[in-house]
Amino acid sequence: MEHFIWLIPLLPLGGAVINGIFGRLLKEKSGWIANLTMFVSFILSLRAFGLVRQGVTFDGNLFEWIVAGKFHAPFGVRVDQLSIIMMLIVTGVGFLIHLYSIGYMHGDPGAGRFFAYLNLFIFAMLMLVMGNNLLLLYLGWEGVGLCSYLLIGFWHEKESASKAGLKAFITNRVGDFGFAIGIFIIFSHLGTIAYSQIFAQTDVLVKAGVVTAASLLLFVGAVGKSAQFPLYVWLPDAMEGPTPVSALIHAATMVTAGVYMVARFNPLFSLSPTTMAVIVSVGTFTAIFAATMALVNKDIKRVLAYSTISQLGYMFIGVGVGAYAAGIFHLMTHAFFKALLFLGAGSVMHAMSNETNIEKMGGLYSKIKITAITFMAAWLAISGIPPFSGFFSKDEILAKAFAYHPIVWVFGTLGALLTSFYMSRLVFVTFFGKSRVEPKVEKHIHESPYVMTIPLMVLAVLAVIGGFVGVPELLGGNNGFEHFLAPVFEGAEANLHFAHVSLGLEYGLMGISVLMALGGIWLAYLMYIRETISADALANRFHRTYTLLYNKYYVDEIYFAFIINPILAFSRWLWNFVDSTVIDGIANLLGKIFILFSYIYRRVQTGYVQSYAAFLVVGVLAILAYYLLQAF
Amino acid sequence: MHGIPISYFLILSAILFSLGVIGVIIRRNVIIVFMSIELMLNAVNLTFVAFSNHLNNIEGQIFVFLVMVVAAAEVAVGLGLIVAMFRLRETVHLDDIRLLKW
Repeated sequence: MEHFIWLIPLLPLGGAVINGIFGRLLKEKSGWIANLTMFVSFILSLRAFGLVRQGVTFDGNLFEWIVAGKFHAPFGVRVDQLSIIMMLIVTGVGFLIHLYSIGYMHGDPGAGRFFAYLNLFIFAMLMLVMGNNLLLLYLGWEGVGLCSYLLIGFWHEKESASKAGLKAFITNRVGDFGFAIGIFIIFSHLGTIAYSQIFAQTDVLVKAGVVTAASLLLFVGAVGKSAQFPLYVWLPDAMEGPTPVSALIHAATMVTAGVYMVARFNPLFSLSPTTMAVIVSVGTFTAIFAATMALVNKDIKRVLAYSTISQLGYMFIGVGVGAYAAGIFHLMTHAFFKALLFLGAGSVMHAMSNETNIEKMGGLYSKIKITAITFMAAWLAISGIPPFSGFFSKDEILAKAFAYHPIVWVFGTLGALLTSFYMSRLVFVTFFGKSRVEPKVEKHIHESPYVMTIPLMVLAVLAVIGGFVGVPELLGGNNGFEHFLAPVFEGAEANLHFAHVSLGLEYGLMGISVLMALGGIWLAYLMYIRETISADALANRFHRTYTLLYNKYYVDEIYFAFIINPILAFSRWLWNFVDSTVIDGIANLLGKIFILFSYIYRRVQTGYVQSYAAFLVVGVLAILAYYLLQAF
Repeated sequence: MHGIPISYFLILSAILFSLGVIGVIIRRNVIIVFMSIELMLNAVNLTFVAFSNHLNNIEGQIFVFLVMVVAAAEVAVGLGLIVAMFRLRETVHLDDIRLLKW
């Protein structure tokens, strides 16, 4: 395996370099290079998967990257069951999105730059999931953050896009700060950053009493990267970027990095019940909080953005209660249906001349059938309708959540109801009902080209059947997914204790969540298709709640008032007082001292030969005097 | 001559030399400055001769010849410079010749 494994991340890097240098020359042909690297990486990942399935794992180094005294950072990868799943998702879904982008970015003058950034992102994400030490993880972590910034602000002439890119990067950095400190704590106690050595020495950390601190700080990084409360504010704004970017980075891969990291560090996290409780709380709160905001939003991409934040909350519930395999399972199914939803939204926007307001849509089903049908496949998956993929993964998490603490299950199920409602609302308002499309837009409605619809179709198939790898024993399956990942989570199993839930109860819980999903769809049907319940009347009756939700709980305004503006004011003061007055004053003072001295010394230059002769004589006398006095 | 101790000659020579130095520094007329320079050179000559007599070594007096030659050449060149300067500036007052300051 060691022979070809390095090509998987390095090919996209090469693609990024080529497109970066020759992008302007190549223009849209750069898309073909980017797709080629992705395709080969995917094939190689499949080959590695075949090897892992036979039990062959790999943890080795290509070369020593940094050696500084005792600090030792190799460039190496760990390919085991967990990382191979991530690699397949990144290269597979990534390849489909690259294909789609060829159609989506057609005609854009910056296409070369786009594909360079996209490939660079894949490289960074692969380093994140394949790296075998904390420094490579952090490299990938920062790299994906950078590419996210570059891609969100891709159309940088648009001010809102530029600002959104900056917001994403800065918010991420807040989380990364905590993450870095967590890494420092681990290194200072263990003297190593390699996974293999860290996992073998977790008892050292326990004895030092830093397990909770280190794991909590690592989680802070995850909060920023995976858009959990309170560092989620960048994700809705990130929708300013091109839709393939939203699909790849903000649905399938980058935002899932936090979940991957918690799963990877399960030996550490499972040792701290406190941290796990924090993760579950944050995840649960975020899942509900974001879902409420998706209920009333009118922008198709923003509804999906809040949905992503909410679903990430579910993934954290999964890894938080110790059901690591379930969390990763949901990560995978979510990658399928969320990427599909975003690409579908992009297809809708393509048909609607870039309109994103769902109130200006309606009745599109008959006009863009492929987009609509694939979108609806994803809708059923995310709502948790069996036998679609989302049902199996979400249910797995909810069952384990109940075993952890029933209240988590209650909130999780409530969230499922909200999820199916807002997704159904989105589908019904966009594709069905009477058309509220503006006439001049209506004339141009057309289905997207094959290069865009084929990825939609592939993802739809995955969204439908993707769950079958993890059918629980309850329903007659063999739970293949969980067993496949079991070796990675062995370390944690010893530290976790799952309460026992009876079979009958499990069936009951499953039934309730399906009922909730169906209920959400039914409610949306009543409100938006039959219109027996008027959405506007509801909004008016509860108008204070509605305004609160519509304005996203004013969180952005609160951040501006209490955090950002004070910091800006402080910076301005530092600039005007400390920098202009104090520091410049000191620098100028030094200059003035020299000028003063020069006034004195200037007098030596008289131009008067006799004075020079006088100085000469004085000098000679001085030397003579010195030697004479020495003699005495 | 055994009568006069050498120290008398040396002190005289030192005094003459100092007077010459002071003259070079203080006097404002170029010609006087030149005379002071000559005075310094002659003071040194006196020292050489005094030592030559004291040490019974003729080399001191030979050196005096050399010094005189140098003094003569220097006077020739120097006076040439003064004449040129006078033709330009119409003055021999040193205070007015400050070309080195700019």
